[in-house]
Amino acid sequence: MDELDRRIVNALQGGFPVCERPFAAAAEGLGIDEATLLARLAALRAEGVLSRFGPLWKAEGLGGAVTLAAMAVPTERFEAVAALVNAHPEVAHNYERDHRLNMWFVLATESAAAIAVTIRAIEAETGLAVLNMPREAEYHVGLRLEA
Amino acid sequence: MDVTEAERALLAALADGLPLHPRPFAALGETLGLSEGETLAALRGLQARGVVRRFGVVVRHHELGYRANAMVVWDVPDGMVEAAGRALAAAPGVTLCYRRPRRPPAWPYNLFCMIHGRDRAAVLRALDWAAEAAGLREVPREVLFSGRRFKQRGAVFGPAPAEEVAWTSSTAAS
Repeated sequence: MDELDRRIVNALQGGFPVCERPFAAAAEGLGIDEATLLARLAALRAEGVLSRFGPLWKAEGLGGAVTLAAMAVPTERFEAVAALVNAHPEVAHNYERDHRLNMWFVLATESAAAIAVTIRAIEAETGLAVLNMPREAEYHVGLRLEA
Repeated sequence: MDVTEAERALLAALADGLPLHPRPFAALGETLGLSEGETLAALRGLQARGVVRRFGVVVRHHELGYRANAMVVWDVPDGMVEAAGRALAAAPGVTLCYRRPRRPPAWPYNLFCMIHGRDRAAVLRALDWAAEAAGLREVPREVLFSGRRFKQRGAVFGPAPAEEVAWTSSTAAS
């Protein structure tokens, strides 16, 4: 990445216009032309710096639900429990963290009711309690990560 | 808020992101039998209703050199949590900030944030700064660095919801 790539990444993390020629508009703000911006974005995507270029939306806006859940898993059972949890398609991702509550996963479902159903199923399969910690408020992160 | 089938189809078509084309909304609409104007109007409608939060790039933190991340959790008195959350969210390195319910006795924490840094020391430096800025120095907290990541899947709705994107893009392997 060179200086221009960094400026592009930093500028476009915050937003992108919804208009007929959005790349031209974004390029103008960066002092470059549309073709240069498109070429740089294609290269950044090919390098894997950008995973996606497009909209971010709220699952709840589409009738779905998202929650964060945690379990305290005995060390010797960790792999087996991870396999049981991860077999549920509602589990979006699952991290090991260094705490007594050592397994943290995000559930994303197509309805709010499906969250409770999935949690009950995981508790029944594993014999472990699942703490459900849905978002109650979000505080807007203004600054993104600087490239 | 209701989302029509046509809007759902449009969001699904955006699952892989916008085409890198001078007229991306025309190219996108073409695949769905919509004109450029109809596509733009539909997306602006979704934005106005808050279904689509923003358009932008989703960066891979690891590829940008942010190789460490921690979930930092705080037990903040209820009357302070709103102001503390806003202040934390504004601090450098903080990539997500949410209030969530306490689950006593196992879990006394009600304010959660993610902090990214180039290494663990950088995460802790950012935490120090953020705690000071948010007036949370004396508030009980824990720092949970991430270990292995076991799963990352495409989302049920086609594209990933914003919360999920932010979490998935927060790990070394993503």
